[in-house]
Amino acid sequence: MSEGDIETRVRKIVVEHLGVEEEKVTENASFIDDLGADSLDTVELVMAFEEEFGIEIPDDAAETIQTFGDAVKFIKEAV
Amino acid sequence: MRRVVVTGLGMVSPLACGVEPTWRRLLDGQSGAGTISRFDASHLATDYACEVPRGDGSDDTFDADAWMEPKEQRKVDDFILYGVAAADQAIADAGIGDASDEEKLDIGVMIGSGIGGLQSIAETAVMIKERGPRRVSPFFIPGALINLVSGQVSIKHGFKGPNHAVVTACSTGAHAIGDAARLIQLGDADVMVAGGTESPISEIGIAGFNACKALSTKHKDDPERASRPWDADRDGFVMGEGAGVVVLEDYDRAKARGAKIYAEVIGYGLSGDAHHITAPPPDHEGAERAMRAAVKRAGIDPSQIDYINAHGTSTMADTIEMGAVQRLLGDAAKNATMSSTKSSTGHLLGAAGAIEAIFSILAMRDQVAPPTLNLESPPEDAVIDLAPLKKVERKIDCVLSNSFGFGGTNAALIMRKVDA
Repeated sequence: MSEGDIETRVRKIVVEHLGVEEEKVTENASFIDDLGADSLDTVELVMAFEEEFGIEIPDDAAETIQTFGDAVKFIKEAV
Repeated sequence: MRRVVVTGLGMVSPLACGVEPTWRRLLDGQSGAGTISRFDASHLATDYACEVPRGDGSDDTFDADAWMEPKEQRKVDDFILYGVAAADQAIADAGIGDASDEEKLDIGVMIGSGIGGLQSIAETAVMIKERGPRRVSPFFIPGALINLVSGQVSIKHGFKGPNHAVVTACSTGAHAIGDAARLIQLGDADVMVAGGTESPISEIGIAGFNACKALSTKHKDDPERASRPWDADRDGFVMGEGAGVVVLEDYDRAKARGAKIYAEVIGYGLSGDAHHITAPPPDHEGAERAMRAAVKRAGIDPSQIDYINAHGTSTMADTIEMGAVQRLLGDAAKNATMSSTKSSTGHLLGAAGAIEAIFSILAMRDQVAPPTLNLESPPEDAVIDLAPLKKVERKIDCVLSNSFGFGGTNAALIMRKVDA
């Protein structure tokens, strides 16, 4: 799986779940501060990442995933 | 105590999305029943129901996207979606959406449901079994809880008054309107958005009510003929879905702001049967006591009631209710009209009492009693006019709406034209 591919797939999930425009999902975009997510939305996002990439993201690791960039970085290392 | 009037109406029904299109189709004698389209029900004892017509909004279909963003729809069960849509309609109709922040402290919400997120619970249970507990959505619980309709409406509109939800099976809608009116009478709120909502048309819902022997099973080939209250050939109720919501308001407040006033809630009675979990007692004295309590509270004579919207589910209990109503009215029974709109909409369970209160209000507005469809062989001991097959144009100044629920819970609402 290429790194660009992972980024595209993560972005697609974020756009679908948070109902935001693709351009807003930038490297440093915070799910809660910039993309309108609440704490429950972030739980659901992490579940969607697990599902999409067939990985397990432990709760303590999930808490460190605050931005789009955090998510891509974690997933790249996990797959 | 303060007087309480109805100043807004909203509805999502198996006939249409919206109060007026539903009412037109009801008077026109249309049925909302058909073979279940949402899932394959061919293996169930009953494969028909009254489903809300989904579509793009044309021809009065229900367009979910018009009421809630798609990403929010995923987070809630359909009963919440229907409830929010009906509440939005009622709030817009009443014109209370632009109330000031201070006024909103005294606007509350009381929208109940009989069962709540049954489908979500069933789907989530299956998923846990198949894929484990880590796959459970964080929105499962807030998307299935009954009081989350009131919660969602309150959040959406900023209403900070009493936030409550009634759960009394098939009498939920009537209890919600009656209880909410009391909150206004006692000064706990100036305005209440009240009603009921339900989305029970799912495999688990149909199978569950089939197991209770409550549903009609004999009309797979002609579902529109299945809901036939009081008819000799009735064989159970037809499941419906949707929501009914009204805006109740302190009379002086409504008058002061020049609001359109549909009706006044003058009587509300409640009782328990203390008899059986699903069946009424043979004489339905519990229902009679609820009606008499409502009449007493209204300060009227039973003979003043022109139209009764019956609970009338198309089960054996229909004639038991008729007997109780005829005892209540006495000699005046021959002058009144009683119909069951469930013959057209099916039984919306927790939403039934709310949509039927709305139909009763419109019956007064338009001076017409909606018909009881499929009533071809009325009971021989019927003294009261049961509006068989066709609507009845007549004087209607005072109405009674009955709702009874599993567990032996009864509610009766009496409304009349203001200044009538």
